[in-house]
Amino acid sequence: MIAFIIQRLLQSILVMVAVAFVAFSLFAYVGDPVAIMLGVDFNETDKARMIAELGLDRPFYVQFANFVGNAIQGNFGLSYRLARPVDQLIFERLPATLELSFLAAILALIVGVPMGVYTGLKRDSWLSRIFLTVSLIGVSLPTFLIGILLILVFSVMLNWLPSFGRGQVVPIGWWTTGLLTISGLKALILPSITLGLFQMTLIMRLVRSEMLEVLRTDYIKFARARGLTNRAVNFGHALKNTLVPVITITGLQLGAIIAFAISTETVFQWPGMGQLFIQSVTFADVPVMAAYLCLMAFFFVVINLIVDLLYYAVDPRLRVDRGVAGGHAG
Amino acid sequence: MAPPRANRPLLEVRDLRVEFPTRRGTLVAVDGVSFHIDPGEVLGVVGESGAGKSLTGTAIIGLLEPPGRIAAGEILLEGRRIDNLPYEAMRRIRGREIGAVFQDPLTSLNPLYTIGRQLIETVSTHLDLSPAEARERAIRLLQEVGIPGAEHRIDHYPHQFSGGMRQRVVIALALCANPRLIVADEPTTALDVSIQAQIISLLKRLCREHGAAVMLVTHDMGVIAETADRVAVMYAGRIVEIGPVGDVIREARHPYTAGLMGSIPKIGRHEERLAQIDGAMPRLNEIPRGCAFNPRCPQAFERCRQERPRPVAAGRSIVACWLYDGAAPTRATTEMANE
Repeated sequence: MIAFIIQRLLQSILVMVAVAFVAFSLFAYVGDPVAIMLGVDFNETDKARMIAELGLDRPFYVQFANFVGNAIQGNFGLSYRLARPVDQLIFERLPATLELSFLAAILALIVGVPMGVYTGLKRDSWLSRIFLTVSLIGVSLPTFLIGILLILVFSVMLNWLPSFGRGQVVPIGWWTTGLLTISGLKALILPSITLGLFQMTLIMRLVRSEMLEVLRTDYIKFARARGLTNRAVNFGHALKNTLVPVITITGLQLGAIIAFAISTETVFQWPGMGQLFIQSVTFADVPVMAAYLCLMAFFFVVINLIVDLLYYAVDPRLRVDRGVAGGHAG
Repeated sequence: MAPPRANRPLLEVRDLRVEFPTRRGTLVAVDGVSFHIDPGEVLGVVGESGAGKSLTGTAIIGLLEPPGRIAAGEILLEGRRIDNLPYEAMRRIRGREIGAVFQDPLTSLNPLYTIGRQLIETVSTHLDLSPAEARERAIRLLQEVGIPGAEHRIDHYPHQFSGGMRQRVVIALALCANPRLIVADEPTTALDVSIQAQIISLLKRLCREHGAAVMLVTHDMGVIAETADRVAVMYAGRIVEIGPVGDVIREARHPYTAGLMGSIPKIGRHEERLAQIDGAMPRLNEIPRGCAFNPRCPQAFERCRQERPRPVAAGRSIVACWLYDGAAPTRATTEMANE
């Protein structure tokens, strides 16, 4: 178990170094920072001085080591566009994106799993058919279109919910939250539905197909032959066996939600990291882009690690000491 | 030693018919099957794969998978019809009055729960016991089925047990609530030959101790000979012969049963090659008119191809064959007289 965690940690570090290398390469290939910072009017002495200041005359591996060393401390340098420390910019915007993403993920889970279980158990009911048809729409419509449609109906036509922004936020330390004010909560509804809808339909379809698969197994049939109640069979035995794949997909999707919140944030003018990233791309603001890339990779790696550990919690076949199992097998 | 014949059979199956509606017409998988099981009796059901023996067992425990359904006939448990009960009423009978043992112990247990949890939930579903009592009962059951160190092993997961040990756990699960009848569907087929005999004798001993009757579905005549009191031979969804196990093995009456017995190798007798029945059992959509066995039967005559034989008494057995019907031609009569 501990060996497994250490192995996974080492793999994660390897992934992070690789991503850091890609992020570092951005500086070399996306524009020339010296030219950008000096502007049009400069002389060769200024240029040489700046190159020395930025450490660009040093060997490549030293530069990379410096970059990684700084990145670990959260220091990604100054934004070209806003001339402010990148970590500050990101941390200002992190709460908005994380709140939106987690709400979307929770929404997807608490609606998607029960719908999946229902459609798996009552395959032929008309409600299942409706769920499945609606889920097709959820899977096939692009996110931005759903966002625009929701704005049209609930903001423009009904005037119930705000169409953009986070509403009023409350600071807690460096974190700002929209969960404590009415206007903040109202502002969260439409974007989180928009962001979570695709994942919700995905989870629903996944749970459904896993349920159908598990319900055919011998141990479910045997559980029925033992006279267990439907409730015990369906939820105690069947649902738990569908959890391993569901956890995997949900974990990966959580990373995807955070990373691809970009289009939702754009549609709703959500002041999150996605919006910051889009603006940075437009201005070739490499330090922000590099930091965003590293942060997203970090989220993915951490989530994957958590998913792997959850397997252990769910499936006893993984956590058993092999010596014991081998001794009795035969 | 046959148990004393009780007044009322424990289980009675009358003219059971199981159908599968398909796009290309209805398949009849079990056709007009009738038999009974007395309290404490072991009834063996033999036949080739697809003869309908497992489906008969599944129909009795009420777990036919749609679109399969009981199209006709009735199943009575202690005189009460159970084939038309609502799901919830039938659920209370499963496990409590009719236990089941399935073919593959490797897949019969839920891999995510300890065997203790699975035993305890079965015990407490059917019996009104405190959690501590239920656990005690579970440990006692594991000891009875011969799991060494049951107090400790109860908290292990199924994958920590070998195949034979898992089938013991499955038997313990079937016996949780002391059912009157156990439907054992090929309980040894998936096991090593060396383990098979242990499991069969365990099943037999435990059912005797618990006073449970057994419907033992298998294609292994050896298992039947060792275990069963009576045996029913099935072919193409029908029972062709049913009778005391010694009679059926020593003087098989139906030509199919005779062929089946002839195909068993006998120790101590040197044979060039084993006897075999030519041809194969018909598919469900190609069952011939008259007797289902007639195309393969060495003694078939015109009537076998026209009319389906009725079950008639022959000695202590009941046989569905025109050779033994009163109106049969002389050839069979002389054969019987010679016995």
